[in-house]
Amino acid sequence: MTQKMHIKLTVNGEDKEFLAEPRELLIYALRENLNITGPHVGCETSHCGACTVTLNGKSVKSCTMFVAQANGAEITTIEGIGSPDSLHVLQEAFKEHHGLQCGFCTPGMITRATKLLEENPNPSEEEVRFGMAGNICRCTGYQNIVKSILAAASELNASKEAAQ
Amino acid sequence: MNDMTPDREERSANLKGLGCSRKRVEDARFTQGKGNYVDDIKLPGMLHGDFVRSPYAHARVVSINKDAALELPGVVAVLTAEDLAPLNLHWMPTLAGDKQMVLADGKVLFQGQEVAFVVAKDRYIAADAVELVEVEYEELPVIVDPFEALKTDVVLREDLAGQTEGAHGPRKHHNHIFTWEQGDEATTNQVLDDAEVVAEETMYYHRTHPCPLETCGSVASMDKVNGKLTLYGTFQAPHVVRTVASLLSGIEEHNIRVVSPDIGGGFGNKVGVYPGYVCSIVASIVTGVPVKWVEDRMENLMSTAFARDYWMTGKIAATKDGKITGLHCHVTADHGGFDACADPTKFPAGFMNICTGSYDIPVAYLAVDGVYTNKAPGGVSYRCSFRVTEAVYFIERMIEVLAIELNMDAAELRRINFIKKDQFPYQSALGWEYDSGDYHTAWEKALKTVDYEGLRKEQAERVEAFKRGETRTLMGVGLSFFTEIVGAGPVKNCDILGMGMFDSCEIRIHPTGSAIARLGTISQGQGHATTFAQILASEIGLSADSITIEEGDTDTAPYGLGTYGSRSTPVAGAATAMAGRKIRAKAQMIAAYLLEVHDDDVEWDIDRFVVKGAPERFKTMKEIAYAAYNQAIPGVEPGLEAVSYYDPPNMTYPFGAYVCVMDIDVDTGVPEIRRFYALDDCGTRINPMIIEGQVHGGLTEALAVALGQEIAYDDLGNVKTGTLMDFFLPTAWEVPNYETDHTVTPSPHHPIGAKGVGESPHVGGVPCFSNAVQDAFRAFGLRHTNMPHDHWRIWQTANRLGLHD
Repeated sequence: MTQKMHIKLTVNGEDKEFLAEPRELLIYALRENLNITGPHVGCETSHCGACTVTLNGKSVKSCTMFVAQANGAEITTIEGIGSPDSLHVLQEAFKEHHGLQCGFCTPGMITRATKLLEENPNPSEEEVRFGMAGNICRCTGYQNIVKSILAAASELNASKEAAQ
Repeated sequence: MNDMTPDREERSANLKGLGCSRKRVEDARFTQGKGNYVDDIKLPGMLHGDFVRSPYAHARVVSINKDAALELPGVVAVLTAEDLAPLNLHWMPTLAGDKQMVLADGKVLFQGQEVAFVVAKDRYIAADAVELVEVEYEELPVIVDPFEALKTDVVLREDLAGQTEGAHGPRKHHNHIFTWEQGDEATTNQVLDDAEVVAEETMYYHRTHPCPLETCGSVASMDKVNGKLTLYGTFQAPHVVRTVASLLSGIEEHNIRVVSPDIGGGFGNKVGVYPGYVCSIVASIVTGVPVKWVEDRMENLMSTAFARDYWMTGKIAATKDGKITGLHCHVTADHGGFDACADPTKFPAGFMNICTGSYDIPVAYLAVDGVYTNKAPGGVSYRCSFRVTEAVYFIERMIEVLAIELNMDAAELRRINFIKKDQFPYQSALGWEYDSGDYHTAWEKALKTVDYEGLRKEQAERVEAFKRGETRTLMGVGLSFFTEIVGAGPVKNCDILGMGMFDSCEIRIHPTGSAIARLGTISQGQGHATTFAQILASEIGLSADSITIEEGDTDTAPYGLGTYGSRSTPVAGAATAMAGRKIRAKAQMIAAYLLEVHDDDVEWDIDRFVVKGAPERFKTMKEIAYAAYNQAIPGVEPGLEAVSYYDPPNMTYPFGAYVCVMDIDVDTGVPEIRRFYALDDCGTRINPMIIEGQVHGGLTEALAVALGQEIAYDDLGNVKTGTLMDFFLPTAWEVPNYETDHTVTPSPHHPIGAKGVGESPHVGGVPCFSNAVQDAFRAFGLRHTNMPHDHWRIWQTANRLGLHD
């Protein structure tokens, strides 16, 4: 066992401090040290995206990043996107359009989709498919995920227009 | 009555019952990251287990030295077969009547086999300790080819030496497991000898893996104070796991509680019992604290249950004008190192004998030889009912090959051989009674929707353009028509480890008119909490929104055989309807009492009992529920509860017609799916939104299997596709949009006429994608080429046919 490091993270707006081995992967730090179990472990090789979080404004697969590398970072997980009383538009859209089945990929999928829509607020279907290609779903065949994201994009744009 | 009509419609709509695209009640927690999967379970003092696995596919285990591992701070125990032997847990029974090593007992039979189980304070320490366990191996000759296995002197299963009789009859060779025969061999051979036309083909349905996004795992917690074992895990059949755990451990069954929490996809992978489950239990018993085991993705792909791996040889006899007269099928089935197929006991090759498909074939014969090799054990139904995917692929390829032999259109060949509507219930040559179907209607609807004639014309023009050098793409039209056999099954012929394959539902109506229903099944994403409430809503007249569905906890749910083989709706769905009818029968007595009329003088009307001829006099189900708890009704017990254990009289037989249009770049081997049309007939439709979702998902898993997904081994038994880098899981980028459609032919024997749908798209989809690839090359002389049709293999096919010259 190596010497533990003092780690500081801001997760979903809350400051967190804990000790962790530098080799510990970010996903395990989130899940084991901080009890944030929304992001999941699917492959540990960056392929499936079940562990996706937003780290310093970028979509990151937390299974292939050491917690030491994340030290000081600002992280948003599915737990920081919407709340039971006020779901994010994407969370509502996934429910409305049957964009999930077993739910295992869903936290990573929605977390990635929030970034995708920030990067490209008005994506075409093709752009959604390309932008979500780092997140694997075994249940839905993606059709309803794509539909959910496109619907959420329209809704977000409509509410932006209404606000202007 | 006109005033009443909208009111009744509204009342009916309020129930959110059968036929309604009700939004899923599961989604609130899943979309907020509040699912509760096995790896989310944390118990006080919990330890973590990890496996030392064999790097060799076939080797003798000379010695295991645990000393260095045990010296590592944080390591609590290292278990080997030697430690498990006194408990008689170093081997365990498989679902197929064989036995399997829990930890390597003297030798290993496949790469990735479990050799030792390390228990430590956290998973990093456990992983470090795995590296410190020193295992000395002596390599043995590796057999990865089932045909070679049947010839070689190398004995894979020394524990079975000298046993000429297995669980399924005589063994012909020391690496042979069973021969399973169905149908009439002599007559079939006679028909083949006398036939005007015979088409023959050998095809390999490659080994693949269900690969749910969540891997397998368990948390065992032995409470030594109270003598109770609680086991959480990725179990598609929690009650069966409880019974097996009791039989293996000697702990009485009432002292074992098995819980399947949320499951991150199953697709057959989570039906069996794995060494990890057993080791977590033993480790918890040994250490007295909870022990978690969760495998990683490589372990999942290398060691837990694979699917398929069937070598199938077919001969199909027909008249010159295309009427099929007989079918012969032989399968060499590669089962790996142990026979751990998950099939009903009496069906060692599952329902492979559905291989006459949707066609009226008067005589047929099937023989399956199961063989041991140095590959991982398994043989599960990957998103299909037991081996039905193999059967449907076989017949749908044989039809295409016969069409080539006859120089006939493959759609027309299907049309003239379909079982006709008036032949149902239809007795197949290999022993099944198909419950209902209308194949011609489905087929014509599909062909018309896609403009089949137009597609063939376009394809012919493309071939001409290709020959003229004007294009480098070819066009394939993939057809498939499938008949599934799901809903296992009647207790008289279907059991798992002796447990009859019934299923169950228990309902409690609460005084204020809401309810909880518990079932013996367990959802892995199918949305049971949503759909079973809909079945019940239509039966008992309470809104689905007022009905909680609970599954997966053996302390509370009635015994059931679990969820796989599309059996939940056909069996547990039937139990739900039947239990609901018991509730209604009692409710009728209560209503009659409250309305002061005879029981026979009230009738059911959506959500209430009304006095016949006096619709203004009624009692709603809510009122009846309250009365059941607050009134003393002569001759009627208080309360409103019911339970039903449903033994289905027959399987159900969903069917469908699929068409795939594909463009293939001959120079890169890249296929582009231009259109995919899927017509499914699953009988009565409970929730169209969920049905469509199941179809999209099943088709995507079919696309994966047909176009690239495989578990491949090299000659030394090394797994070549052990990570998601090599094992193909399609992303949103590779997957098309699907067009879904349906016909409705209810099952005549199911209480609500439902047949099940989750696996149909996979069963029908694989041959459809494969046929599309192969059809593209038909004009250039291709007869058959094996899946998976990845870019490299498609390119090779084009090259072999001289299309790069």
